[in-house]
Amino acid sequence: MSSVLCPDISNSGFSFDNCARNAALEGKGFPVPKATKTGTTIAGIIYEDGVILGADTRATEDTTVSDKNCSKIHYLASNMYCCGAGTAADTEMTTNMIASQLELHRLFTNRTVPVCTANQLLKQYLFRYQGYIGAALVLGGVDNTGPHLFSIYPHGSTDKLPYTTMGSGSLAAMAVFESRWKPGLTEEEGKKLVRDAIAAGIFNDLGSGSNVDLCVIRKGTVEYLRTYEEANKKGKRQSSYRYPPGTTAILSTKTANIEVHDVSVQRIDTDLLMDTTS
Amino acid sequence: MASVANPSFPDYSTQAPTQHMFSPYADNGGSVVAIAGDDFVIIGADTRLSAGFSIYTREQNKLFRLSDNTVLGCAGCWCDTLTLTRILKARMQMYEQEHNKTMSTTAAAQMLSTMLYYKRFFPYYISNILVGLDNEGKGCVYSYDPIGHCERASYRAGGSAGALLQPLLDNQIGLKNMQNVTNKTVTLDRALAVVKDVFISAAERDIYTGDKIMIIIITKNGIKEDSFDLRKD
Repeated sequence: MSSVLCPDISNSGFSFDNCARNAALEGKGFPVPKATKTGTTIAGIIYEDGVILGADTRATEDTTVSDKNCSKIHYLASNMYCCGAGTAADTEMTTNMIASQLELHRLFTNRTVPVCTANQLLKQYLFRYQGYIGAALVLGGVDNTGPHLFSIYPHGSTDKLPYTTMGSGSLAAMAVFESRWKPGLTEEEGKKLVRDAIAAGIFNDLGSGSNVDLCVIRKGTVEYLRTYEEANKKGKRQSSYRYPPGTTAILSTKTANIEVHDVSVQRIDTDLLMDTTS
Repeated sequence: MASVANPSFPDYSTQAPTQHMFSPYADNGGSVVAIAGDDFVIIGADTRLSAGFSIYTREQNKLFRLSDNTVLGCAGCWCDTLTLTRILKARMQMYEQEHNKTMSTTAAAQMLSTMLYYKRFFPYYISNILVGLDNEGKGCVYSYDPIGHCERASYRAGGSAGALLQPLLDNQIGLKNMQNVTNKTVTLDRALAVVKDVFISAAERDIYTGDKIMIIIITKNGIKEDSFDLRKD
């Protein structure tokens, strides 16, 4: 029994219900709506005691910027984060879903989940959809075997690398890594290097822009540096654009009085409140 | 897509005729904004030249001085801009030598329209805005479509952020959709501030607009140049 108030729980996985209808509409010349793509620079490196991930914060719809400060470093587990490039909805939902699977896996095994597990889950999921899930990811984390960094492509292939970049600004960022990355970088050197790589993408790739986000993952601790650096300051306005009162036309007015029938205040005993401290 | 014969796979070739594509146009982006006043005209263009997701240069001037009185701003296909402005320059010089005087802004505006329509079926892919002082010394702005439609206005935005900026100019310069506004003429200071401000806004949301703007101000005392930095991402 389904009703408006209590609908049936839908099956798991994607719904392809509207495919035939949408194909028919497209055939009649009705355009398919465009998904938000994060023309992006994302990058990650391994340094002496962990992994550093970095991302820019611009999201674009064709040639217009749709979000000037979006977050592209997604949480996977307490010891793992994942940068996402490509279709914004795909990177967000894919990482969310894998994060939930990893948490269940951690509770089941009662131990820190290895990074290679996340890599395997992501690549098998993406391969199943043959590239139609447009998520290009840089996965980084530290587990019992040390720091690990993977890049995962939308079709499901993966690379395990000491430094990697993805997205439309990947070439600009990789140019910085290729010239300056070396094994055993200190944390300060590492952060500077990732910042410079992301900044190269921000300034030289039109799909990337705004600020630099970083995420430093060490054994046992994570430092998520949202807006590590504001790479671009917004210009200062030259003139005032305040409208004097009365500029907006009033087409009609209508006054409705609120009639107060009764006022009462009910006090709740604080001891009976639910304990929300923990 | 299904039945396209692929030349690199001869096994799959068919008798059907193949269509060869060639795209002669490039979109190099850029925006132009012009505002005219009673005795001045001001035009600004950003200096970013780009293609796809990459920047060719951050300092490409897109304003062309046709005479001491007339300036043209171009955005769109840069190679077409180069060709068009080269021919324009030659035509301006020919006019001067033939008639012994500089072409007026209104005449240049009409000539540009004719030159664009001459290429009606293989147009110059440019968003043109021509500004200058007319014969009475009033500021004027002419805007064009790529095939020569010409319209005189008092303010105009064109190029990649044109659609983003025109409504703002309509409101702030054209004073559209406002009640109880009296000041109908725009001052030079106000126009200059608005030009800079609209480009700040355009650089925020349009990926093809940024780096810097070049501004040209034409008054009866001649041409003045100004520039202003924008964000570089």
